Amino acid sequence: MSTVTAGRSTRNLVDLVFRARELSIVAALAVLVIVTVGVNGNFLSEQGVKDIFLNASILVLLAVGQSVVVITRNIDLSVGSVVGLVAFTVGDFLAADHGRGIVFAVVLGVAIGALCGLVNGLLVSFGRVPALVVTLGTLYVIQGVDHYIAHGRQINAVDLPPALLSLGNGTLFGIPYLPMIAVLVMLAVGYYLRSYASGRDFYAIGSSPEAAALAGVSVRRRVMAAYLFSGALAGLAGVLWLSRFGTVVADAANGWELQVVSAVVVGGVAITGGVGTVYGAALGALLLTTITSALVVLKVSPFWQQAITGALLLLAISVDRLLALRVARVLRRRNSRHGS
Amino acid sequence: MVTAPGEGEAPLGPPPDGAPPVLALAGVSKAFGAVQALREVSLNLYAGEAHALAGENGAGKSTLVKTLAGVYRPDTGRVLLDGEPVEFGSPADAQQAGVAVIYQEPTMFPDLSVAENIFIGRQPKAALRRIDRRAMHDRAAELFERLGVALDPEQPARGLSIADQQLVEIAKALSRDARVLIMDEPTAALSGNEVTRLFNVVKALREQGCAVLFISHRLDEIFELCQRVTTLRDGGWIASEPVAGLTHDDLIRRMVGRDLDNLYPKQETEVGEVALKVGRLTREGVFTDVSFEVRRGEIVALAGLVGAGRSEVARAVFGVDRWDAGTVEVNGERLPPASPTAAMSAGLALVPEDRRQQGLVMDHSIERNIGITGLKALRRGPVISRAAERDRARDWAIRLQLKFNRLSDAVNVLSGGNQQKVVLGKWLSTKPDVLIIDEPTRGIDVGTKAEVHRLLSQLAADGLAVLMISSDLPEVLGMADRVLVMQEGRLVAEIPRERATEESVMTAATGGTS
Repeated sequence: MSTVTAGRSTRNLVDLVFRARELSIVAALAVLVIVTVGVNGNFLSEQGVKDIFLNASILVLLAVGQSVVVITRNIDLSVGSVVGLVAFTVGDFLAADHGRGIVFAVVLGVAIGALCGLVNGLLVSFGRVPALVVTLGTLYVIQGVDHYIAHGRQINAVDLPPALLSLGNGTLFGIPYLPMIAVLVMLAVGYYLRSYASGRDFYAIGSSPEAAALAGVSVRRRVMAAYLFSGALAGLAGVLWLSRFGTVVADAANGWELQVVSAVVVGGVAITGGVGTVYGAALGALLLTTITSALVVLKVSPFWQQAITGALLLLAISVDRLLALRVARVLRRRNSRHGS
Repeated sequence: MVTAPGEGEAPLGPPPDGAPPVLALAGVSKAFGAVQALREVSLNLYAGEAHALAGENGAGKSTLVKTLAGVYRPDTGRVLLDGEPVEFGSPADAQQAGVAVIYQEPTMFPDLSVAENIFIGRQPKAALRRIDRRAMHDRAAELFERLGVALDPEQPARGLSIADQQLVEIAKALSRDARVLIMDEPTAALSGNEVTRLFNVVKALREQGCAVLFISHRLDEIFELCQRVTTLRDGGWIASEPVAGLTHDDLIRRMVGRDLDNLYPKQETEVGEVALKVGRLTREGVFTDVSFEVRRGEIVALAGLVGAGRSEVARAVFGVDRWDAGTVEVNGERLPPASPTAAMSAGLALVPEDRRQQGLVMDHSIERNIGITGLKALRRGPVISRAAERDRARDWAIRLQLKFNRLSDAVNVLSGGNQQKVVLGKWLSTKPDVLIIDEPTRGIDVGTKAEVHRLLSQLAADGLAVLMISSDLPEVLGMADRVLVMQEGRLVAEIPRERATEESVMTAATGGTS
């Protein structure tokens, strides 16, 4: 009987640890918003809130894709470059002929992103090259391709079909499209990861790749799929980037990969895989975006923004590490009592 | 009766009802680099029969298991399923065919719940192929009830005891309706009650028509559970025969195949003062209240089953892991906890169990590997002198009779035995007073093994205090002046050389049940 009660208490403890993460982000958000509003009431104006959500949307999409990859104990650093490449090529494509539809533009963008993801996935899963190196490589290669295509040119909003621009800035019942898309994608992916057998495989792989292989999980195919998905979402994010900003040069979204990874880790997805949810990652993305906006309102130099993001990242992983040690200790105690 | 292995002929007698074996190996060989892990091994597993696989460490049992499980593909020979040749390209194929394996170290997903661990890849589905969590929970609970264990399906697998992890693995096999259940030393880390519980489950499965392959070092368990036994030695097939009519000694003779007394001579040495003194050392949940001394000129063996906490004690003594209570003294001086640097400068050396992961930098050269423990001594001014490094390596290569081409060769091209010599050279060059050596001859061919033993004996004669951890009983009995036996984290017996026998050591290691 003691096993059952001990099991329960362990489970509660572990549950608490994970729920605590999402709760603490919400708490941090609340504190941040309250303090900022205290200094400047305009922070929560309709336009202010809308801006935060619009800015967060693209980061949320990328964080959702990144989470899937990180859960399998891998990483995708190429997403920033993919966004840039897709934003430019799709913009170039639409600017050439206004008759071209935006549905086709979205499909094209997703396809380009998926292709980049495919390359990453093949190299990581079948080439057995460490993910960090592969995606660092593709980050630069894709950037290079982007610059080659752009050749110093710039896509201007006036060249783009109005339908596309209204996707980025229009609303439905007063709610902008972008956050709606991001939330829908997040919910769908979250549900898939939790409730589908193939979704659970991602967690299994990240939790123990050896055990996953022994359990008959097709590790390579799943890792491949994770990169394909992350790439495709980055493609979608690229099209949305174009629709939001209209004006695009070759190095759009340069350096975003680090923000995305930060959002994911702050959101409680373990960088060692197997743990975390896309909801947490999305909250992490929202928190980082809100911090950026708040710093502007608080008239803090933008240079501090990166330092704060970094500090938050360190805090998040320190807390994770401390909690993991704590849990390990409790479990060790329990087993020793149980054993003797 | 012992049947000789004929060419391609199954070594076991006819099945009870004329049906072909559920799963069989026919003349299977498998090599890893220069090491021949299996040579022409045949094995038949019949439905409703528990079959034991016996052999010393390194006899090829685990390789055989992994071949049956689809992890390895045989170099030559075939795997037969219901008498038909079959190729398992992956563990998934073997599982599809109804083969369930419980490994020595259970393979769990620590971050997933127990229920998910059982049903990974085959979760019960609701509409739209969603996972039916409630059904998964209920079925896991049902399995645990059938097994008579109190585990919560929703708790995470992280932190389950080995015994509980094994039960989860068995529940997994049950849930698959496995036709063949393979257990690789399932009882190594279990207590008496847990073993009884496990055996009841396995007997019930066997009666339901499951074929069971059982591996254990505890001979009593083989006699209790199994109808037949196959013995392997050094990768080769020795015998397949009914258990009834065999004695312990018969079985040990087949496993060892040589006279124990003369193989590992340790020279008589003069025992000096205490070099290593461990007092009431405790690491919570790992080992408790461990006290012993090792004197100069002495070889003390630390015996026990896998998972008894021997290597963990060694790691703590050397300062790799922190201890919670107790003291470690070297030459009368107390060591600070958790400091390998202090341990080294006090005169301790640790040759770890896993030389590929912990003992060597595999793609560095021989000379660099040997030099790494004494970089200060190799310095000429601020830089490391290559010449000094080479001199030292050459010196030790000669003393240890290392077989190599050039000292600049990477150590991963050496054989296991020669790699072990490099590790020894690396540590002996620090001129230690106490050498802790974990599994000194694991995975080493017989010839080199004897050399390593001679070397250890010589070192003891020169006044070194040696603490040797070994699962190889003949080695323990042949080499040790005293045998300390650990069981489940506690030191349970100290047996002097005269009274150390296979039986006395195993009895202590298994908790005195035999």
